[in-house]
Amino acid sequence: MPNEISVTVNGTRHTSSVEPRTLLVHYLRDELGLTGTHVGCDTSQCGACTVVVDGSAVKSCTVLAVQADGSEVTTIEGLAQDGELHPVQEGFWEEHGLQCGFCTPGIIMTLHQVLDEQPDPSEEEIRHSLAGNICRCTGYQNIVKAAQFAAQRMQE
Amino acid sequence: MIAGQVSKLIGSRVKRKEDPRLITGEGKYTDDVILPGMAFFAVLRSPYAHARINSIDTAAAAHPDVLGVMTGAEINDRCAEPFPLFAILEGMQYPERWPMAATKANYVGEPIAAVAASSRAAARDALDLIEVDYDPLPVVTDMETAADADTPVIFEEMGSNLCYEATDQAGDPDRAFAEADGVVSARLEQPRLIPNPMEPRAAVAEYERSTGNATLWVTTQNPHIERMVAAKMLGMPENKLRVIAIDVGGGFGCKINTYSESIIAIALAEHIGRPVKWAEDRTEHFVATSHGRGQAQYVEAAYKKDGTLLGMKLKIYADLGAYAQVISHVIPTLTPSLSPGVYGIRDIGWTTIGVFTNKIPYDAYRGAGRPEAAYIIERVMDLIADATGKDPVAVRRKNFIPDDAFPYETPTGMIYDSADYNAALDKALDIAGYDDLRAEQKAARKDGKLMGIGVTVTTEVCGFGPAAAMGGLGGFESATVRVDPMGKVTVLTGASPHGQGEETSFAQIVADDLGVPFEDVEIIHGDTSIVARGVGTFGSRTLVVGGTAILKANEQIKDKATRIATALLENKIEDTLDPQLVTLEDGLFSIQDMPDQYVTWAEVGSEAYDGQLLPEDEQPGLEAVSFWEPPGLTFPFSAHIAVIEIDQDTGEVSLKRYVSVDDCGTVINPTLVEGQIHGGLAQGIGQALLEQAVWDDEGQLVSGSLMDYAMPFAQEFPMFELDRTVTPSPVNPLGAKGIGEMATISATPTVANAVIDALSHLGVTHVDIPMTAERIWRVLQNHGSRRRGGRS
Ligand code: FES
Ligand code: FES
Repeated sequence: MPNEISVTVNGTRHTSSVEPRTLLVHYLRDELGLTGTHVGCDTSQCGACTVVVDGSAVKSCTVLAVQADGSEVTTIEGLAQDGELHPVQEGFWEEHGLQCGFCTPGIIMTLHQVLDEQPDPSEEEIRHSLAGNICRCTGYQNIVKAAQFAAQRMQE
Repeated sequence: MIAGQVSKLIGSRVKRKEDPRLITGEGKYTDDVILPGMAFFAVLRSPYAHARINSIDTAAAAHPDVLGVMTGAEINDRCAEPFPLFAILEGMQYPERWPMAATKANYVGEPIAAVAASSRAAARDALDLIEVDYDPLPVVTDMETAADADTPVIFEEMGSNLCYEATDQAGDPDRAFAEADGVVSARLEQPRLIPNPMEPRAAVAEYERSTGNATLWVTTQNPHIERMVAAKMLGMPENKLRVIAIDVGGGFGCKINTYSESIIAIALAEHIGRPVKWAEDRTEHFVATSHGRGQAQYVEAAYKKDGTLLGMKLKIYADLGAYAQVISHVIPTLTPSLSPGVYGIRDIGWTTIGVFTNKIPYDAYRGAGRPEAAYIIERVMDLIADATGKDPVAVRRKNFIPDDAFPYETPTGMIYDSADYNAALDKALDIAGYDDLRAEQKAARKDGKLMGIGVTVTTEVCGFGPAAAMGGLGGFESATVRVDPMGKVTVLTGASPHGQGEETSFAQIVADDLGVPFEDVEIIHGDTSIVARGVGTFGSRTLVVGGTAILKANEQIKDKATRIATALLENKIEDTLDPQLVTLEDGLFSIQDMPDQYVTWAEVGSEAYDGQLLPEDEQPGLEAVSFWEPPGLTFPFSAHIAVIEIDQDTGEVSLKRYVSVDDCGTVINPTLVEGQIHGGLAQGIGQALLEQAVWDDEGQLVSGSLMDYAMPFAQEFPMFELDRTVTPSPVNPLGAKGIGEMATISATPTVANAVIDALSHLGVTHVDIPMTAERIWRVLQNHGSRRRGGRS
């Protein structure tokens, strides 16, 4: 039996009917066409699917769409404001924080929240905060630098 | 030619062109393709490593959500031929492979049937409605006994599980062993690895019944090879199949192969009359996408007391899995070829034994055959250091191919293009502060701490072709350079970058070479209907071969543009001009000694198509296509140093420092090169410390998900310390050597050597990779902490 849900995604309210088993990530990608959020695993390890739901970074492969009923969701598509990149996005571009880019939206959304909570993290704290994200391309070094760049930019 | 030119962008840290779309969610990966009326399909896979398929009952799948089912018999019947193989080795035997197993499954994960349905979930559900009756058969998992007479034979018609056994030698290995002061020997394991690019594989197909034209969006590193293989198998002309791979989320070798799902996708789209999509789950990836490495290596090395390596004898078993694919069977043969490494050894004998087992096929994984070689020779150097009581650095220096010997032909027939190993090693030692590290280690040992320092100097072969090195895939790359009426440049490249950043590095080359702004250059790739035939991105070939193809097309563009500019300038000065007097500099075509008289790329571009002032013998248009095949291979090299500590209580290894000095010849964009090194190091270190595919005797993959297979996380690494030397390659005009795989190749033996170095005073001379906490803990239990010789 499909369920009716109403979710605000990147500031736009959507009312949809979804199967109860539909994952939030598949709702975002297949129903709303927001394909910037990726699916990299089926065991909640990789973090490619990370989005912000009501202010918290969550793995959208681990949340049912019906659980997001009434929520505010921000995806990678909603991060830049008025054509201005978010400092974390800027950091990734400046510091070569991505190669294939597949893990990137999830890591950006994770770091976006990390820096919200801890504006001046140490290298170790940044690495620790990425324990739920896997990148196979970068060796993480420039992701750490991207986070440091963003932290500094956000303090300016 | 670029050499000697005053460069503006080549060599600079230009930010990537591909990033704005990828950091805002506008990338176009295969699973992002959404087509009207698109259905989804899922693949039923064999749960057995080896089983006879007695029957398949698909009746229950006649569910209303199901749009079509295909079994092995049906899809194989639709195919004109089985999967093609390239570079067939002399005397090798191999089984035919079709998209699905129809009568017998030969590995866990082999496709058995496919179901198309209206949604992802419905397709998945419908798999449970298919009933397959299997008879399990004896399973072959051990590569070393796979070809023995009493081992069950997987493919009866072959009579054994042997693909090939190749024995050869160079020089006189027996002489080397007779003259030796001593011999070191070891059995080295190269576990299979799961490539795990973060984007799982996916395929979307659309089939136009009225014309027979098909389009396949697919996660591939080489769309043109994919098209060639898929068209062949489906009995389609190549020009009726379009393959598109715009953004690909990493490949590392496992996206070279054309997989069954591509063939199934096209056949299903044709069958149900709707576009279809398949997207692999991560857990499916573990049994559906090829693995890498997987060798058992036996090495004996003859040495002199002074540390000279005289000769080696190698026996290498390679676990090919159930089938050979593309050129997978050739990869293990690269291992003996590269086993001399950077050392001037003359006498070497080897046997390479490729066998079939009941495992998913093996294929390229970052480095493909060369990491296995570097691992052998760099372990051997440390074994000799142990045996002679010499410092590992001194032993290496003693054996280096001399700096003035290049180009240098190895006894195994490789022609090293250029190198200076001492320079790279000096730099690495200097950055690491090697002598201080050794002093620190001495002190640490006194305090009962386990600290290790690993050193390697390695080389690898890349920049593939020429054609002779490619076994029928082609050794070229293509480039089309097009200048439009606004003077903007579009480049179509046959290479298919998927993270390496060639949209940026190629644009840097074009901007400098033509003198146009970087922003005015667009690089297009990954679409067989747009791009001239290409080979693809693997074997660190894209910049070397693809970049040079662009330079060659630019030459034609500059010639024609100069002729058009001459006509425009003649019109300007109302006089005739010798075209020799017109030169292109900084993007302006001007007359010698008359710098005020010039025309721009926009004027030339516009005239090329407007054509009113074109000379009589000149045709309109400003576009050039070039195919370029390199005359030889390139050999980047590196000197790496790792510092590790071992927790005595848990056996856990922590990487404290990593120094990576790499030489990839001319560097177009240092930032991109460093990125390749960082990522390469992480994969090589992962192999040394964490990663391995584990199988049980039934051929089940025990480490079959991200919960069971250890991928490296950010916390595993310190900040890597990078530097480089620059020894241009003489085999291409860029002087570039390729850097995609070098760091992976070096990192595994470097870290392995460091860990063993930490234990050497306990009498430990070898530990197999991955050096997990458990494995090291066991070594510590067996060796205690008593000092037993080894190097000081
Ligand atoms: S897709 Fe959600 S954690 Fe991997
Ligand atoms: S950039 Fe490719 S997985 Fe992170």
